[in-house]
Amino acid sequence: MTPEGEGDSSGERWALALSAIDILVAAGNTVGGILLRARPGPVRDAWADALNLVMPTRRLPASADAEALDGGLDLTATLASGKPVHRAGILADAAGKILVVPMAERLNPALAARLATAIDEGCPPLVLFDEGDPEDPERERVPQALAERLAIHIDLNSVRLPMAELVAGESPPPPLEMLAEPGAVAKDPETALAVGAAALGIASIRAPIMAVRVARAHARADDRPDEIDQLREADMAAAGALVLGPRATRLPPPPPEEEEPPPPEEPPPGEPPPEEPPPPPPSDDTKGDDQEQPEPPPVDPTDMILDAAQTALPPGLLDALAAGTISKAPKASGSSGAKQKSITSGRPAGVRPGMPGRGARLALIETIKTAAPWQKIRPKRDDGRLAIRSDDLRIRRFIAQTQSTTIFAVDASGSAAFARLAEAKGAVELLLAEAYVKRAEVALVAFRGQEAALALPPTRSLPRARKELAGLAGGGGTPIASGLDLARKVAESEKGRGRTPLVVVLTDGRANVGGDATTSPQEAALASARAYRAAGIPAVFIDCSPRPRPQGAELAAAMGARLVTLPRVDAKAVVAAVKAASAGAI
Amino acid sequence: MASARIPFPFTAIVGQAEMKQALLLAAVEPRLGGVMVFGDRGTGKSTAVRALAGLLPPMKVVPGCRYLCAPDDRAPCIEGCREKAGKRSEEASVPFVDLPLGATEDRVVGSLDLERALATGEKRFEPGLLAKANRGFLYIDEINLLEDHLVDLLLDVAVSGTNVVEREGLSIRHPARFILVGSGNPEEGELRPQLLDRFGLSVDVRTPTDMGDRIEIVKRCDRFDRDPAAFVAEFEASEQATLDAIAKARKLLPKVQVADEMLGLGAQLCSAVGADGLRGELTLLRAARAQAALAGKKDVKPHHVAEVATMALRHRLRRNVLDDTGSTGRITRAIAELIPA
Repeated sequence: MTPEGEGDSSGERWALALSAIDILVAAGNTVGGILLRARPGPVRDAWADALNLVMPTRRLPASADAEALDGGLDLTATLASGKPVHRAGILADAAGKILVVPMAERLNPALAARLATAIDEGCPPLVLFDEGDPEDPERERVPQALAERLAIHIDLNSVRLPMAELVAGESPPPPLEMLAEPGAVAKDPETALAVGAAALGIASIRAPIMAVRVARAHARADDRPDEIDQLREADMAAAGALVLGPRATRLPPPPPEEEEPPPPEEPPPGEPPPEEPPPPPPSDDTKGDDQEQPEPPPVDPTDMILDAAQTALPPGLLDALAAGTISKAPKASGSSGAKQKSITSGRPAGVRPGMPGRGARLALIETIKTAAPWQKIRPKRDDGRLAIRSDDLRIRRFIAQTQSTTIFAVDASGSAAFARLAEAKGAVELLLAEAYVKRAEVALVAFRGQEAALALPPTRSLPRARKELAGLAGGGGTPIASGLDLARKVAESEKGRGRTPLVVVLTDGRANVGGDATTSPQEAALASARAYRAAGIPAVFIDCSPRPRPQGAELAAAMGARLVTLPRVDAKAVVAAVKAASAGAI
Repeated sequence: MASARIPFPFTAIVGQAEMKQALLLAAVEPRLGGVMVFGDRGTGKSTAVRALAGLLPPMKVVPGCRYLCAPDDRAPCIEGCREKAGKRSEEASVPFVDLPLGATEDRVVGSLDLERALATGEKRFEPGLLAKANRGFLYIDEINLLEDHLVDLLLDVAVSGTNVVEREGLSIRHPARFILVGSGNPEEGELRPQLLDRFGLSVDVRTPTDMGDRIEIVKRCDRFDRDPAAFVAEFEASEQATLDAIAKARKLLPKVQVADEMLGLGAQLCSAVGADGLRGELTLLRAARAQAALAGKKDVKPHHVAEVATMALRHRLRRNVLDDTGSTGRITRAIAELIPA
């Protein structure tokens, strides 16, 4: 089955993804495993089928909790038989197989942490399916600590397979053809991989270490010796494409002069590239073109790795780099404040009837107390022990404090933008400076010109806020509608994380961008404002025009927001308004 | 990073001098109160901590004690282990406990042993991670993401050295003295100042930027992957030297004198940089003392204070929201003013 490509690198990506399976089999748990980004669908299923052909897999059930991984006491069976009945953990059960984790982006932090430790301890190789929508900037992500430990990252989102064969339901071919001829022996592979990682802006030293392991596994999979001085070019290319490329945070600099070492400074992961992002190599307009460049026989292994890596650059990276809008670091995932369910964590708060498991823990004393009065009535057990039935079981409850996220929507338009922005930044920093007491997070949406942008994703970190807000610009039109919409989206996603959002709007209330032929910008803004009331998102509207006019009050009323007029904005007054509002709202 | 049972040799870690130094100081002087490591992922933090725990000489424990009591310790053990064991003692390696981010309170403090309770009706305490870490290292990766109530709990135990359990009809206290090693990336969420202040030392690690170092790291890891035993053997001499240095320093430590001028210097330095509280000063002097002991000296000299000042004070400076000067810069400046090179 040859994938059809519309002139893109679909075919290469598919072949690469298949070769990863061989590498995983050859490498075992030394490489941690594979993180496969793909929406559920035929392509992913075909890949999973191919995986199943070469290695038995064990699927991690969605209901699994950290206890299920390690095994433990099977409570129901224990009660029934009166003696401890153990249940094997999933990790033990998956020995000799590959542990497949579907919907890995929704993995809860506890489970992800356990899996990350398991990798360090040498557990079965993992295959994580990240099913997040790559288009959605607010999507959930696989917790970083876990993703980093998986050597191989593959993205199948852009791969298309020939429709005819999928329709006919043909099974994918066994993935046993290696990518290419082994090629010449690579010179000093470790140096080449380390230099290659640096050139791609990968700060973590784990990446090149993993890359060496992958290169060696590639050689083994090809039935060649995996001695470090016998690695071939193809091994290096595989390591570049599977390990380094997907982690790249910038394009490699143009081929350096012989004496010049690659850029000495590594930005920490997720940091925007240095001030002068190295211009992309001239030939590099599209991803598809990379493969066609003719290669003179004695290739510098680093160049080859970089070429290979570029076939697997994260989708969108090239565009983002070109546009100079390289992504903010992915939102710190796995922040433990998220989704605190009341049966799993927090401070103890009594008990209620229910089955233990899925995170709920047995309240033993209460269970026995419940069972005690019935002992006379219930048939005596042969062994003289308490007769406990499943409806006696009590589980513990916990109270988790709701944590708040304050989202600033700041009007960065017009001439007053500078002062307003500066004070908004000041307010963000003041709030964050006291935030650790309450574990509150702060986000900032700035709107100006034609649209709104999330200038600071929700964070608790003062250094990060400072860094990301430093370069915020002002001026231009006033698109209130899009600013309100984006802030509401952020608020809703925060609600989804189990936090309490509060939106603080700083504007003079006069929109002049937005709407369409039939709606004026102001009407569009009013419509967006009404959505707040509908969604039940608490808000504060700070009208900061020198002479307040009715537009501000109208918007505030439409939002159901508390209206504060601050003709002269200053950070402390904003913080005071926020505090007053959150005291009222929570 | 991920690897077999043999820990990566401590002395084979390339670079990261400050982190290694801080860990050595903590190993020499357990009363320092642990080390907080700030930095990105993949900088060898956990490798270093694990390596150090593997390096330390085995300690004497009372056989069969679940709390790893020392035979010569006077503090009573809830299990009465010494009475049971009599004069016997055995050797155990220094525990290294990894506290996972998702750990439940039960796992951390311990809880009723469900198995025994259900099977035999016996009310018995099942020790948690805090008991396992007694006299060893408790390592918490991404401590800044740890749930609040666990952080509070850890604070309490770390300060008192005792874990008090009052739950499920159990009332138990057991020793839990450990060297707390935390790590985290401040950009992913800050640590509360109350917790931060409990850490004796703090270090900032960065991924090595020197290309030669990076290549060397990759090479060493690869050699270690291939043949751990041979790789470890290669570093045996330097590992032994480090081990000897720690043992010698521990022995020397009680004899190290801190002159009055040094006490004065510590106080001056703390007030010059605006480090809050007495804890900073105390830690500074203890660290300087450990530093002197490691160097084999019996007197603390100004340069010992200077060498450890950044680690001991960096995380204790009152933060000024509007001042961007890093803590490290402020301390370096103060050192330059107070201690002539």
